[in-house]
Amino acid sequence: MPEKKQDFIDQKLQDLNNDGVDRRGFLKCMAWAGTGLVWTLSGGIPVSRAFAKNSAKDAGKGSDFSFVQISDSHIGFNKPANPDVTATLQTAINKINAMPHTPDFIIHTGDLSQLSKPSEFDTLDQVLKGASAKQIYFVPGEHDMLSDNGEQYLERYGKGTKGNGWYSFDHQGVHFVGLVNVANLKAGGMGSLGHEQLEWFEDDLKGRSASTPIVLFAHIPLWTIYPDWGWGTDDSEQALSYVKRFGSVTVLNGHIHQIMQKIEGKVSFHTAMSTAFPQPAPGTAPSAGPMKVPAEQLQQVLGITDVSYLVSGKSLAIVDSPLGASGPSASANGGPGGS
Amino acid sequence: MTRKNLRVAGLATPVMIAVLLLLAGSPGVTASDQPSAANAEVRIDNFSFGPQTLTVAVGTTVTWTNRDDIPHTVVSTDGVFKSKVRDTDEKFSYTFVKAGTYPYYCSVHPKMTGKVVVQ
Repeated sequence: MPEKKQDFIDQKLQDLNNDGVDRRGFLKCMAWAGTGLVWTLSGGIPVSRAFAKNSAKDAGKGSDFSFVQISDSHIGFNKPANPDVTATLQTAINKINAMPHTPDFIIHTGDLSQLSKPSEFDTLDQVLKGASAKQIYFVPGEHDMLSDNGEQYLERYGKGTKGNGWYSFDHQGVHFVGLVNVANLKAGGMGSLGHEQLEWFEDDLKGRSASTPIVLFAHIPLWTIYPDWGWGTDDSEQALSYVKRFGSVTVLNGHIHQIMQKIEGKVSFHTAMSTAFPQPAPGTAPSAGPMKVPAEQLQQVLGITDVSYLVSGKSLAIVDSPLGASGPSASANGGPGGS
Repeated sequence: MTRKNLRVAGLATPVMIAVLLLLAGSPGVTASDQPSAANAEVRIDNFSFGPQTLTVAVGTTVTWTNRDDIPHTVVSTDGVFKSKVRDTDEKFSYTFVKAGTYPYYCSVHPKMTGKVVVQ
């Protein structure tokens, strides 16, 4: 789509001029453009830029901390879309370990396993043990609660959490909330948080200063991406109404195995790539099932997400990196990554 | 097949159903003892149930087969039946012994819905 690409470049030039242009259209365009974008949240005003090769490193410099999001490792999956998901998870961990800055922790946004089997969780644990970051926070995906209402998940990864595994924690002045939207799903519906969790969430935010940066993470997107495929959460609007007063809200999700981004007011939404297999863009295939790509391309569509928090600017910088590249995929002169 | 044969075949079906209904009504004979009314198949393919609405006679055993690369479940919305997780090529069967409409869904991907009409 040459027109879109031109739009992107125009917007980007305006962006570089730092003229305060409304970037909603720009980000909407980017949402479909694939990998390779850094964006920062500064006092609630989104500032986006395509990144240069070294920007991941630059973002690390002077930042108070960073963490990495991985998602959808689907350990146990062995179909043609990726016969060795353990190996690609290992590649993701190797990539994290090779980062110039060791992330403070890792967030896994669910679908750890394919079938909630103990052996799958065991394999996952074994691989994650090798990560440079020792602290790992989890939320479950629907694949982690298949056979036992998530009891095993809770036993292994959700000790001390509430309900089906929701919780919050603080790190360097940032408030993190892990939400569960894959339990008790209703026929015909999408993801669901449920009344009990929503009440807890509202309560959890009470008394916190509006200047506290908030990071929400959950498996299924907390914004409606494609209802026909269930890519959204039925009661996410209510959850998001609770964070309206905060100046900086970042929402990190998985489930859809591809990068999508959107900014709405002071809330920025981001979905991560899978470490296991890609899924098609919304509506481009008969279903959301695993997408088979040529073997040599697989590592370009799997990846990790590095998030840096810069205290000075109260901003979060998010960098997505495919497994198969030494650095982020976008080139220095921009362009939506070969779309 | 000639046109006449077709007409005969068309008549035969209601007669057979009537016989089956009579048998089903006789005391001491449970539905599962019936000269199997039928088996019916539902394919789970591309995150959907096909056919989405299946109409069968009382006593029919319906078998769902997962043809996707992703696990699914077959769960009655009203709690009548519930499969375990079915991975690729795995099956789930349920015999419908009572007339009625049975809506169901995949509890992993709840956008996937279907129903079995038993008459």
